[in-house]
Amino acid sequence: MSQQTQAADILSAPHVLEYPYRRSVGPVLSRFFTALRERKIVGVETSAGRVLCPPAEADPETGAAVSDRFVEVGPGGVIESWTFVAKPRDKQPLARPFAYALIRLDGADTALLHVVDADPARLRTGARVRPRWRAETVGEIGDIECFELETSR
Amino acid sequence: MREVAIVSFAQSRHARRDLRNEVEILLPVVQEAVQRSGVERPFDFTCSGSTDFLQGQPFAFVLALDAAGAWPPIAESHVEMDGAWALYEAWVKIQTGQAETALVYSFGKSSPGDLPEVLSRQLDPYVVAPLWPDSVSLAALQARAWLEKSGRSERDLAAVAARSRRDAKGNPHATVAGDFAIDDLLDAPYLASPLRKHDCAPISDGAAALVLVAGDRARQVCERPAWIRGIDHRADLHALGARDLTRSASTRIAGEKAGVARRPVDVAELHAPFTHQEYILREALGLAEDTQINPSGGALAANPMMVAGLIRIGEAARRIHDGSARRTVAHATSGPCLQQNLVCVLEGE
Amino acid sequence: MSDAERKPVRSIQTPMRLTYHYTAGIATSRFLHGIAEGRILGQRCPVCTKVYVPPRGSCPRCAVATEEEVHVSDRGTILTFAIVRVPSENLDVPLPFACVHVLLDGADVPFFSVVQGCPLDEVRIGMRVAAAWVEPDRLAPTLQSIRWFEPTGEPDVPFDQLREHL
Repeated sequence: MSQQTQAADILSAPHVLEYPYRRSVGPVLSRFFTALRERKIVGVETSAGRVLCPPAEADPETGAAVSDRFVEVGPGGVIESWTFVAKPRDKQPLARPFAYALIRLDGADTALLHVVDADPARLRTGARVRPRWRAETVGEIGDIECFELETSR
Repeated sequence: MREVAIVSFAQSRHARRDLRNEVEILLPVVQEAVQRSGVERPFDFTCSGSTDFLQGQPFAFVLALDAAGAWPPIAESHVEMDGAWALYEAWVKIQTGQAETALVYSFGKSSPGDLPEVLSRQLDPYVVAPLWPDSVSLAALQARAWLEKSGRSERDLAAVAARSRRDAKGNPHATVAGDFAIDDLLDAPYLASPLRKHDCAPISDGAAALVLVAGDRARQVCERPAWIRGIDHRADLHALGARDLTRSASTRIAGEKAGVARRPVDVAELHAPFTHQEYILREALGLAEDTQINPSGGALAANPMMVAGLIRIGEAARRIHDGSARRTVAHATSGPCLQQNLVCVLEGE
Repeated sequence: MSDAERKPVRSIQTPMRLTYHYTAGIATSRFLHGIAEGRILGQRCPVCTKVYVPPRGSCPRCAVATEEEVHVSDRGTILTFAIVRVPSENLDVPLPFACVHVLLDGADVPFFSVVQGCPLDEVRIGMRVAAAWVEPDRLAPTLQSIRWFEPTGEPDVPFDQLREHL
């Protein structure tokens, strides 16, 4: 460094960047979030008959608008891939160690990313999971507190 | 298509934490690239890549223009992407005939924030970002899917880390370098299973810059110009649950469009911030066994965000400049789990 | 109220809060250490000789590093001003107030601050002002060490002498 400035002389300070936004969700995700509030999970059918969950406005393969057919999926599903997070960060959904997983819900053709509350020794690809709902639901992805292994009860 | 060559390249020493401001990091790098190029300012076009979220300072990219010499006002543009995409924009600008010379740079200062957490903000804001999945966890989902499909092991992943770190011993810009035994690496705990620390690129602050020149002027200023013989970029779906994470369709198509397979490749610089991604990229590009992969150590040796892709192109160009390779391939990625991919084929004469 | 009676979900709250530990860099750190000693430090461009304050370690016109450190006066001349009547979370000054660009003696670029100590309708281009520092024991490496600028009573600088800085 020039002028013999030492690392200790470099000033630093905490700095917070915050965007407290409320986002409008559009008609397709409105159906998804409204269903979550009722403790149901819905996907949307593409014109080719595939069921997207989470729903999207367009068929990811063709770009064509999806149909207006919303179908209930799950609530159970299968883990397609997972990772165990031994040290959760502050904002992550569970304070204790947990897994992120891609979960293909029964009746869906795509996978939903969510968290699984389970012992890592019992986690495996292909394991069946079901949602654990929050006591109070408001219409957001966090209405599902987490998924848990179906065999855990 | 107009002939365009990379005539110079420079990069910073990529530290885990660089206490200088972005201009202080960038300025010497830009100066070195400009000086080596033999081209006088002002450039016909200047394009940069960065994202302000890394250091949490909105419009940092505007301040960074101080390093480019932006007065009197220059023709410039910025992409909220790795600098490799800034290079692509500059290449297009030269193709249109509006420019003969271009300066391309990028910088990334990730150390002020928690990078894996910051990167979660690039995800779908409705159903994914509220769960705050960090970049390492998402890569781990891809790694497990790939391991289970390919039948490969965590040892195969560690082998990539060990080779990269060993090769980085010859790279004075690297954040991580050295000799590591695979067994020792495998003794480390998981960061996000099945990924350990060595499977993940280090967090680095840094910058890089290069100069593009069209046609015969490139031959005048550079002894061995690195000619861009093919370049293309593609994106996969952003919805991780709607695509096959074990393959990179976008890399495969970009590689085909860029003409990777037309002739043998001496060196490939692949932007794989996670060990398993190198295997996915090699397959997608159809690289032969005798192609040398990441002699610089790759992103696993130094990974300044928004810069490491441009560095791959610069490293691939450097091999042409120094005469050690005749044909090289560079790859850059952006987004979670290899979402966006750019492939660039470079040749000497 | 049953779910069926409730309105569909039209929007969601997506709070995004990221915490950083921001570093000031070399030039700005030296400047702020100077402020903590009640001094204003600029840097001179080796090419165009302009003096930048606060310095950022480079000359944006010449794209070269600025290493020569220059002491700049805490007195200067108002180059332009605006009367502010809306509150700002980050400026702890009673409304209304005048924010100003002050050309400090020895500097070539204006310095942003606030003017107090005279009626607002007396604030004018060319007016001479001086920094009002906090008490010596409260000096710290922050621009808040300069509370504001106040008129010095010196004669105004003629507009022609300021023209090149406007």
